[in-house]
Amino acid sequence: MNLVFDIAWTHVRSRARQTAFAVAGVATGVGFSVMMAALMEGSQQDFMRQLINALPHITVSDERRQPSRQPAEAIYAAAEIRGLTPEARRKGIKNPLATVGSLEAWLPGAIAPSVQTRGILRYASRDVSVNITGIDPQREPRVSQLATQIRQGSLTSLYRTNNAMILGDRLAEKIGARVGSNITVQTSAGARLNAQVVGLSHTGIRSVDEATAYVLLKTGQIIEQQTGLVNEIRIRVRNPMQAREVAARVEEETGYKSVSWQEAHEDLLSSFVIRNIIMYTVVGAILLVASFGTYNIISTITHEKARDIAIMKSLGLSERVVRSIFVLEAMLIGIAGGLAGFALGYLLCLGLGSIEIRSPFMDMTHLPLAYNPLHYAIALGVALFSSLAAGYLPARKAARVHPVDIIRGAT
Amino acid sequence: MAEVLIEARGVTRILPGIVPTTLVRNIDLAIHANEFVAITGPSGSGKSSLLYLLGLLDLPTEGEVMIRQKATAHMAEDERAHVRLSELGFVFQFHFLLPEFSALENVMLPMRALDRLPRDAMHRRAADLLGALGLAEHGHKRPDQLSGGQRQRVAVARALANDPPMILADEPTGSLDSRSSEQVFEILRDLVVRHGKTVVAVTHDLGLAARMTRRVQLVDGAIASDEVARAAVD
Repeated sequence: MNLVFDIAWTHVRSRARQTAFAVAGVATGVGFSVMMAALMEGSQQDFMRQLINALPHITVSDERRQPSRQPAEAIYAAAEIRGLTPEARRKGIKNPLATVGSLEAWLPGAIAPSVQTRGILRYASRDVSVNITGIDPQREPRVSQLATQIRQGSLTSLYRTNNAMILGDRLAEKIGARVGSNITVQTSAGARLNAQVVGLSHTGIRSVDEATAYVLLKTGQIIEQQTGLVNEIRIRVRNPMQAREVAARVEEETGYKSVSWQEAHEDLLSSFVIRNIIMYTVVGAILLVASFGTYNIISTITHEKARDIAIMKSLGLSERVVRSIFVLEAMLIGIAGGLAGFALGYLLCLGLGSIEIRSPFMDMTHLPLAYNPLHYAIALGVALFSSLAAGYLPARKAARVHPVDIIRGAT
Repeated sequence: MAEVLIEARGVTRILPGIVPTTLVRNIDLAIHANEFVAITGPSGSGKSSLLYLLGLLDLPTEGEVMIRQKATAHMAEDERAHVRLSELGFVFQFHFLLPEFSALENVMLPMRALDRLPRDAMHRRAADLLGALGLAEHGHKRPDQLSGGQRQRVAVARALANDPPMILADEPTGSLDSRSSEQVFEILRDLVVRHGKTVVAVTHDLGLAARMTRRVQLVDGAIASDEVARAAVD
């Protein structure tokens, strides 16, 4: 109703200073909520991006989810065999080239075969156990960021000498090796070979950088002592969010265990849910505190305006109309505070985004921030709802005032 | 006999409390159309309380107030508010205008609450009312920019906003100097004589009461005398 708006507007306007404080309270609440949300989601997205980039989206390994069944069990339903050691299977994915070829036929993304093995690097009397990945330098850039993470040398440096090796930079630091150093690799199978460091890589993730070495596929096969071995197929899908579905299909077609990045980091992803719960609790508390300011001003106005309320009621304005005047005043404060909060939140984000941060574990130069309209919508929604509640309580009380009680007192 | 507009039947109002106070007791009073009634009596005799009861601002503890033969005791609060809005006009001792609004907006307030006219018609009517009360140039002033007499006239204009048949006035001249007081009284008298309204005014000014058509005197919350003097109107 027009009249309600006119009176409400006049009330808040004639109390510009008080109103400004209440608006500022809501604006601070909304602004910081928006900033918090941007920061939380930004860091989450940044983390996911690193997660997605650091590892292949899907890793198909030569393992199977179920232990192989004994032939007798497969044939006879009643048969159950216990205490047998499962037969030793030949390592590796069977017929890797054909498998890769058939996956390439439908899979939306890139595929690279590789060899995963472990070994001990020896250099200057230091021993470090590392994961050695045998890669194909031509295909590797399509499934990982490795090519961009090489600090010294390049992926193709692997072709330069026999048994060339790229080390994680922290690993190299740990054993004191540099480009050009000759190191000894001791494999689990008992083999030993000499390798030369031709490059250093840096992913920014400590656990990877201090325990990973890259060699050619062929070198990996030599370390594993099995020609033609491919025990891991790495896949990068075009849409990382589809990795789970694609992985399921790969597993179904090949029979090999196929792990998407989501599955590999289930625990981290579920911790994001907890983080978000914490964040929205804090954001809710901020906005709740802001609504106390709104409650305060609306109840002050209703106290100051007790006589006007009595006049309006004596003239014949209904309780509902009187109540909606004050509820509307609270909403006006909520809306103004919300809009001012948008500006504040955006500026805070810009400010935070310009701060440079260095950490010894990850090289993150700026705080990651997500600009998402949803954050603004949620903050405004909560602010409006709390303003509504904060205005309704004093408004209801004010509207119930008996006009005679006040008129009698005034005359 | 003219139509009975307001009728009190055995109206008693007791303020609850540790020592309950009886404001008015067992009042029977019928106010007819086009009467100009003075309610007089000493301070604390219950004049204003009776007016609030007649104007549905207060509820009787016992008895019944009928507005145009309609019982009001069982009405919901909002229904009574609507009767006040459309059938009754109030003028208080103090102007009771909304301080942030102009005279014109104050007069328009009851019209907008009733919402029967288009907006521009409300505006015209409010301006006409103010003009008729000699306030044509003061429509855009706020109450604090007007003199006491002018404010009280704005309050009268507001009471007339929805063209109610009855005007209830509580010491309408009580806070005015004699000149303004005379002006406001003349306006009220005019409403009865020229416009056929019914005016009930609480006053302790016996000189003014003598110029009205009917004088109801209260003593200790009960009617002590009720005299009709037809001649005073003419």
